[in-house]
Amino acid sequence: MAGSGKSVGATTWPVTLATVIVLIFLLLPTLIVIPVSFGSEKYLQFPPREWSIVWYKAFFADAEWLAAARLSIAVASLSTVLATLVAIPATLAFSRGRLVGQGVARSLILAPMILPHIVVAVGMYIAFSRWNLIGTLPGFVAAHAILTLPFLFLTLTAAISKLDPSLELAAASLGASRFSAFRHVTLPLLMPAIAGGMAFAFITSLDEATVSNFLSSSASKTLMKKMFEDIDFDVSPIVAAVSTLIIVGSLLLVAAAQLVRRLAVRAPRPAATLPAARTQAKAA
Amino acid sequence: MAAATANAAANPRGFGPRASLVLILPVMLLLAVFFVLPLTGLLDQSFRSPDLGIANYVRALGSDLYMKILLRTVWLSVIVTALTLVLGYPVALTMSRVSGRMQLAIAVCVLIPLWTSVLVRSYAWIVLLQRRGIVNEFLLQTGLIDQPLRLLYREGTVIVAMTHVLLPFMILSIYSVLRSIPKDLSMAASNLGAGGFSTFRHVIWPLSLPGVYSGVLMVFIIALGFYITPALLGGPETLMMSTLIGQQTTETLDWGLAGALSVVLLGLTLLLVGLFGRALRLEGKGI
Repeated sequence: MAGSGKSVGATTWPVTLATVIVLIFLLLPTLIVIPVSFGSEKYLQFPPREWSIVWYKAFFADAEWLAAARLSIAVASLSTVLATLVAIPATLAFSRGRLVGQGVARSLILAPMILPHIVVAVGMYIAFSRWNLIGTLPGFVAAHAILTLPFLFLTLTAAISKLDPSLELAAASLGASRFSAFRHVTLPLLMPAIAGGMAFAFITSLDEATVSNFLSSSASKTLMKKMFEDIDFDVSPIVAAVSTLIIVGSLLLVAAAQLVRRLAVRAPRPAATLPAARTQAKAA
Repeated sequence: MAAATANAAANPRGFGPRASLVLILPVMLLLAVFFVLPLTGLLDQSFRSPDLGIANYVRALGSDLYMKILLRTVWLSVIVTALTLVLGYPVALTMSRVSGRMQLAIAVCVLIPLWTSVLVRSYAWIVLLQRRGIVNEFLLQTGLIDQPLRLLYREGTVIVAMTHVLLPFMILSIYSVLRSIPKDLSMAASNLGAGGFSTFRHVIWPLSLPGVYSGVLMVFIIALGFYITPALLGGPETLMMSTLIGQQTTETLDWGLAGALSVVLLGLTLLLVGLFGRALRLEGKGI
């Protein structure tokens, strides 16, 4: 391995240089808001002349910002739960069932990921205006559940395809019903994927700005809508403080999800050797 | 898909057609009411608001202004896609060549932006580029300029920021293919006397094409309908389809025209997916 790396190493310094430059281009603008948020003056400075946390204090003292944050967290939690509850049975139908019109159903579930978000947003805005769902919790939750569905579905489908169906078969031959085989064998094995998928769905909902922008009302807006308005109106350093909180929060959640997944992979799994050997044989 | 069918076939105790239908019913109901109905409503608006007919489409496709905006949208998307490919490929290549800690470090650098809100990242560009922003302050202090430059609300700004936002998708698409190319192949090529570049050109590049196609299609499609970044960083001269549709919906309240423009954008996207959709590898995106 090390040898193969070295043999091409001599000719790759331009690639390495390009990689370093591109990574700086990726990271720097993303993280610049963090030092800026700790400035003390009304306009943004880098590096700040004086470090302070006034903008964080201002955020936590502002009722409108707090309401937006609470709404976003509620929407992200509920939409993640809703999407998971419908995605699990759907995944089972796809990978353990015989489904008529599988291709159409799959395209429909993945469509929110591919179709332009502006079109989805405007379509929902017009429909939800008629149904009086603009600026309401059910409206936000339904919209975000649909937008996070493709991620959950793909994560779960990938995870279930790695499970060996013979485990459920074994449970069934020992007298378990189909439901109890699912409940006691399949579901526990899927738990890490479900937890990971839910963490990512939560962040996707929290960060979603296009649809939220259209579905918010002046009385009830998500954090992203509130940020969008503040940025458009007057770039106050509170937005930098909120951005920092969101970046740190999202990354902690992603790290936690990855950790859960790693731990689950390392933990000994029942009958792990036999299915693994069989998959390898199939691949060969 | 193939794996799913194989699983079902290998598992005689799997769910039958009726049970499968019950299992998929909740998700289909949710999508039918809150996704399909709103989209068909948009189609309905485009033909009926304010009068029955194709007047909105005549307006959308017959106007020089809207045609210019459509062409600009396609053009900007092409540039952004090309930029992400040129900038993303070396990163994906390096990521597939190194291992252990280095690989993790690069992955973290790519994933942090991916999991940071698009809005936050667009805002970061405002912090950098506004009149009293970091770039202008720096240039003023070093004496390179004596008047702040107008860096925001320009086409170039939108291109740079969109490239920044979409770059991780391209990198991960290409990387997912590159990492599956056996290392022995480039070793064999160099054993046979091929130089580094020749190995790349004749072995690695052709094998990585599925990842390139997938990344190009993904980035281009997202770019076509991208709203947040052009809305925040663009000005009146950089109006794109997405910002135009948004304007018609909430400012002009011309839902018929917004519907027709949406259908045009949707049609363009579906056409691309229909023609090249096989190249799209959605599995494991961003995770």
